[in-house]
Amino acid sequence: MTTQSRKPEWPLWEVFIRGQHGLNHRHVGSLHAPDAEAAIRHARDVYTRRNEGVSIWVVEARHIAASSPSDKGPLFEPSESKVYRHPTFYDIPDEAGPM
Amino acid sequence: MDALHEFCLRMGDNTLVLGHRVSEWCGHSPVLEEDIALANTALDLIGQTQMWLGLAAEIEGQGRTADDLAFLRDAWDFRNLLLVELPNGDFGQTMMRQFLFDTWHHAMLTALAGSSDDRVVAIAAKAVKEASYHLERSAGTVIGLGDGTAESHARMQAALDLLYPYYGEMFAADATDTALAAAGIAPLPESLRASCDVRLRQVTEEATLTLPASSFAHSGGKTGARHTENLGHILTQMQWLQRAYPGATW
Amino acid sequence: MYAQMVTSEAADDSPEARAFQARIDAGEKIEPKDWMPEAYRRTLIRQIGQHAHSEIVGQLPEGNWITRAPTLERKAILLAKVQDEAGHGLYLYCAAETLGVSRDDLTEDLLSGRMKYSSIFNYPTLTWADMGAVGWLVDGAAIMNQVPLQRTSYGPYARAMVRICKEESFHQRQGYDIMLKMCRGTPAQKRMAQDAMNRFWYPALMMFGPSDKDSVHSAQSMAWRIKINTNDELRQKFVDETVPQAEFLGLAIPDTDLRWNEERGHYDFSEPDWTEFYDVIKGNGPCNVERMTARRKAWDDGAWVREGLLAHARKKAGKVAAE
Repeated sequence: MTTQSRKPEWPLWEVFIRGQHGLNHRHVGSLHAPDAEAAIRHARDVYTRRNEGVSIWVVEARHIAASSPSDKGPLFEPSESKVYRHPTFYDIPDEAGPM
Repeated sequence: MDALHEFCLRMGDNTLVLGHRVSEWCGHSPVLEEDIALANTALDLIGQTQMWLGLAAEIEGQGRTADDLAFLRDAWDFRNLLLVELPNGDFGQTMMRQFLFDTWHHAMLTALAGSSDDRVVAIAAKAVKEASYHLERSAGTVIGLGDGTAESHARMQAALDLLYPYYGEMFAADATDTALAAAGIAPLPESLRASCDVRLRQVTEEATLTLPASSFAHSGGKTGARHTENLGHILTQMQWLQRAYPGATW
Repeated sequence: MYAQMVTSEAADDSPEARAFQARIDAGEKIEPKDWMPEAYRRTLIRQIGQHAHSEIVGQLPEGNWITRAPTLERKAILLAKVQDEAGHGLYLYCAAETLGVSRDDLTEDLLSGRMKYSSIFNYPTLTWADMGAVGWLVDGAAIMNQVPLQRTSYGPYARAMVRICKEESFHQRQGYDIMLKMCRGTPAQKRMAQDAMNRFWYPALMMFGPSDKDSVHSAQSMAWRIKINTNDELRQKFVDETVPQAEFLGLAIPDTDLRWNEERGHYDFSEPDWTEFYDVIKGNGPCNVERMTARRKAWDDGAWVREGLLAHARKKAGKVAAE
């Protein structure tokens, strides 16, 4: 497998699309584009061909900061024991009515 | 009305022939993202063809369909602009052709919102959204390539020099145009020229390109009087199956 | 399949590799930043890359008929389908890129012949019925493999396959729809349809690759869940599903040994000519040269466009930074 490109490649962009139903923008995939305007146009052409979206965000992939998989334990496990954050933790008698 | 029939053929033949040309890129574009974008443009144009030629067939009232008009007329019956039948050339030439067409097409479709014919209004209302995106994309690409590298600049300038003599045909009027304008169906072509010229100057300037000094304009496409040699070859390909197997259903 | 005969590398026996295998066995998805054996990474790059190349080269045989489609609607459908293939190639290249290889690198590897694409796209499309046969048989065969790959262990690959399968669902149907029209049409159309069937049946069977039930590579890929079924399983499933569809069309399958085996509950069928398959893989198929020439031309002719647009973007960014 070659590892060195001869010519500079168009940067990689991550594409986020808001679907029809007023939901959050959701990551749908990636593409290459020379700049942000072109990235939005390409995102429209590549990722909304079947009425998938009403709004597009693009961000150059190198600008995304991500958590490290090795931190998964310290980052996410502490919340597992905080069960009192969930409504089902509380036992409310039926007689109290809907809550 | 004969003028409206003629007008539908002109609009539909433009999108038919340009859609055909753009679809030739499928699988051969400079980069995947552009391949997909070009296919979207071609699909929009094919869809618009179905509407315009569908209306032409309806007005004609002889039981023909949009497909009959697309696949069973010969070159002299085609009413498309010469610009759209010119070969793709390189990607720059294709995008320059697209930009020149989109500039006029968008202005025309926008004006057709005020047409006295409801059917024309309905088709234009759908098509103008597509044309608006086509124009944004083709203008952006012309600017990017014009003001890119020395090579891309030279290629875009060559494309502009080659295609500019086909720009003027879009604004030339004949008796059909006058009749259409009188009936309030479509604007006089020259009424679109000023705003198109402004856009053309803006975009070419930003693209660091120089508009050719000569305003000479080829003609003969939209009247059908004299097409280029290219059209016959396009039709030879496009109409092959319908001609070779008459009456078959596909 | 779209990824044929991908050589998988053996896993090492380190504690990390064992923990990795345990995650896969537990049905967990592996994500780009997770630790993974180098062999897993390299095998996946080869497999996803080959799959992506197949989508891109696969545009050509069908693209061959876009300008000759017989009606406006058929033209639009075919163009939309071939466009989807470009999209699928794009999704797959992006999935491969999460493994630390660039799309341009993969493209160069395709153009230099270091990487392969599916054998099927080296066959010519000669009549309009071939658009039916390719959609029905070739996409039908591809779907056999792509549907299970939605559950593959590598997250980005699995997600690309989910999107691809969703979009693919119309491809096979449009192909069958063309075949239906041809088979219910004039004698000439029927003849075209049978001719397409005759030419595409065995190449479609070859898409699954030679039997790999005893292959070590295959066993490793299956352990890693980047291959879900053996080639023979998928080929059998394809034959079992396709035979009744052909019967409905009234088309003969060009195999005199094809018959239902009550005992096995499957159709018995003849193996394709594997010598021909290896010839095609080695570059001697009917269209290998044309396909690679077309891809190389697109890449070379497009270089100034890619460079030009990038140069403009950099100028613009420079201007903004200077303000």
